[in-house]
Amino acid sequence: MNAASLLLDGLPLPFSPGQTIMEAATVAGIFIPHLCHHPEFKPQGSCKLCTVKANGRYVSACTMPAKDGMEVENNSPDLNDKRRTLLQMLFVEGNHFCPSCEKSGNCLLQALAYELEMLTPHFTQFYPDRPVDASHPDVLLDFNRCVLCELCVRASRDVDRKNVFALSGRGIGKHLIVNAESGRLADTGFSLSDKAAHVCPVGVILEKRQGFKEPIGCRRYDLQPIGMQVGQRPGSEEGC
Amino acid sequence: MDRDPRWLPEMVVADECFDAISVAELLRPVVDLHRRDPGRLLQILREAQEILGYLPRPALTAIAEALDLPRARVEGVAGFYSFLHLAPVGRYRVLFSDNVTDRMLGSVELMDRLCNRLWVERGKLSEDGLLSVDTTSCTGMCDQGPALLVNGQVLTRLSAERIDRIGELIRAQVAMADWPREWFHVADNIRRRDVLLDARWSAGEAVRAAVVRGRERLLGEMKLSNLRGRGGAGFTTHTKWESARRAASDDAQGRCYVVCNADEGEPGTFKDRVLLASYADLVFDGMSVAGFAIGAAKGLLYLRGEYAWLLPALLENLARRRHNGLLGARVCGQPDWMFDIEVHLGAGAYVCGEETALLESLEGRRGVPRIRPPYPVQEGYQGRPTVVNNVETLCKAALIAVRGGAWFAGLGTKQSTGTKLLSIAGDVASPGVYEYPFGVSVDQVLGDCGAGNAQAVQVSGPSGTCLARHEFARRIAFEDVPTAGAFTVFGAHRDMFEVARNFAHFFAHESCGFCTPCRVGTTLVANCMDKIANGSGSQSDIGEIFRIHRLLHAASHCGLGQAACNPLFDTLSKFRPAYERRLRSLDFAPAFDLDQALSVARRMTGRDDPAAHFGLGAGVQRGEP
Repeated sequence: MNAASLLLDGLPLPFSPGQTIMEAATVAGIFIPHLCHHPEFKPQGSCKLCTVKANGRYVSACTMPAKDGMEVENNSPDLNDKRRTLLQMLFVEGNHFCPSCEKSGNCLLQALAYELEMLTPHFTQFYPDRPVDASHPDVLLDFNRCVLCELCVRASRDVDRKNVFALSGRGIGKHLIVNAESGRLADTGFSLSDKAAHVCPVGVILEKRQGFKEPIGCRRYDLQPIGMQVGQRPGSEEGC
Repeated sequence: MDRDPRWLPEMVVADECFDAISVAELLRPVVDLHRRDPGRLLQILREAQEILGYLPRPALTAIAEALDLPRARVEGVAGFYSFLHLAPVGRYRVLFSDNVTDRMLGSVELMDRLCNRLWVERGKLSEDGLLSVDTTSCTGMCDQGPALLVNGQVLTRLSAERIDRIGELIRAQVAMADWPREWFHVADNIRRRDVLLDARWSAGEAVRAAVVRGRERLLGEMKLSNLRGRGGAGFTTHTKWESARRAASDDAQGRCYVVCNADEGEPGTFKDRVLLASYADLVFDGMSVAGFAIGAAKGLLYLRGEYAWLLPALLENLARRRHNGLLGARVCGQPDWMFDIEVHLGAGAYVCGEETALLESLEGRRGVPRIRPPYPVQEGYQGRPTVVNNVETLCKAALIAVRGGAWFAGLGTKQSTGTKLLSIAGDVASPGVYEYPFGVSVDQVLGDCGAGNAQAVQVSGPSGTCLARHEFARRIAFEDVPTAGAFTVFGAHRDMFEVARNFAHFFAHESCGFCTPCRVGTTLVANCMDKIANGSGSQSDIGEIFRIHRLLHAASHCGLGQAACNPLFDTLSKFRPAYERRLRSLDFAPAFDLDQALSVARRMTGRDDPAAHFGLGAGVQRGEP
């Protein structure tokens, strides 16, 4: 019996039952841009960067189950143009200043912007007012860079069983909150050893006293573009 | 943004007034009444706010502890709904309905009038904490606007005189119970009756008819009727019921639910309000019929927060039905059928009209649409098979239970059987609810409601279609112009750009914020429309709107985002001059106006000479070509 397979940009891509398009592509080493997806967590499909066209319909690759014979378009000018616009939206929604950010070179948002050749933010900046939370002894929260991927929410809830993070507000006012009446991270049960301390794809959750330990220029995506690092776990980066 | 620093000092002071122990004591009856059930979190938050005026931080902590939920989850839910307040609001909370029909009737001027009279700024708490004035999305009173809500009570047919009287009563701190009762009168305004609005049966007739037919024959009649959902999508009701029944019977416990979607939030529609107010027995009959068909023991009616004033009558009706054996352990004397109905209140979130967001809200969470599949008929309320039907659909199901599927299929058109309720408002002589067999032409409807000189009709609200004059021969039916019920008429004197701008702000306000394209895109589009309105628009802004429209259509998580740019796309295609006469004849104009930025300095220095203007700005004054 032949294994089930779909066509990804015209090439056959085998998959096992229950896999999503994203999972099947990752196994085969094919890059589908994504931000809120993480192989260790339940997919949620909110960033929409992994939007692909499956049998003529736009769907999220991270949540759409692969089907035998499905024709999927991924690396096309139309889709990459839409992804670039989504990245521009994320850049203007928050306050992202790469040159002064500790996460530069290890940041998924920045790496995707390079990969998809985003040259300008294009839209008018929103410049939201988002104070940082430096209350915790080991960790700094810089909400300015939050892209609302909910990875910390999922990690703290599903792995750490602490529910330190959640989302509040609605629409453009949606924002990350912590589980304390004071609103301060120091007053939650958060610890540096939590899974949630190490899943942020951008520079919101930062370990203190580690600033620029690894020189800019020698970081993960400084060495190789993200599109060539499919399937490698975050944290497995090797410096120069 | 959300952490508006202007609120902080007041919030901290006010929060200090509540100590943790006394708040927990105050809220104990509320949490106990709801059995400390996390699924009833939204109801608990609503009632806690009734007691405390708003939801101070210690209240969220106390509720989280009582329900054994993470505090952040409680705060996340409280922060999602427009009618829940994390900062103090006035003892009188005045919310002006901000639908385009209210605006056409002068609501903006009336709000300014009230604000000026009472020395309060829109969106801010008055210094004495007496009142706050703001806008809210359509309150479903388009046929008797302009309307507003005061502490959840609806006031219709506002006028300048009435606004002045309201201002006086608030200033004198007169209790709302002592305000003139006629101000709170809500008329049905039924203008054209057909089979549904003519149905005047006693409560339970449809349920008894269903029981007599038996489950199989009832489903057979439903299939024959070819009834399609009246909420807009037009999915076949029989297929939905059959799928849920099959999914439930595959399971050992067989639990399943009927949910009535009474979150009538689409701006311009109000026909469900009339059904709930004057045909509630038909609605509950329909829910019971659906429950009987799929074997459900429980029905849930999700009532939009704007219709909270309907709640007492609905609860009274349910009590009466229980007393009369139409709900409870042995419905209609059937030994093996137990069925009851619960009403849940929303709290100001249009997105909850999307069926999976509604289910999230019913379970006490943020109203964020779920990933589909699985569909509600497979995994719905509490993960169980669930039928979610619109209010009008359920009423039609009740009719079919009594009069049969063939009779129903004989009405309307082949693909759109039966009748449709239209909520007609705007520039017409007789606004109200009209019932027509499907297939009626837009022209005929316009003639009947007395729309003298219409240039456009927005069918099915902002997420529907905008028809221009040359399309008025088209027909209301799933095969031509589908609709959830809104039918808003714009006379020749109306500015279609302003209509679209109102809709753009509506979607930006109501986006749940889950997915990137809708969260950011709806705000970008609203800003773009404001830029054009301010006279700084250019052709590139029009191109920008089209580009965002395509992205939202393709990549949004749910129908809200996918439809959010529809009214702009329609009006741009059909009423382009309304946009273009606002544009500067430039390829690009920046949103930021340097000369405008100097106006504060000019005012402070009392200067207006050429040297006090910025370079080009001195020559190109606003409004000049």
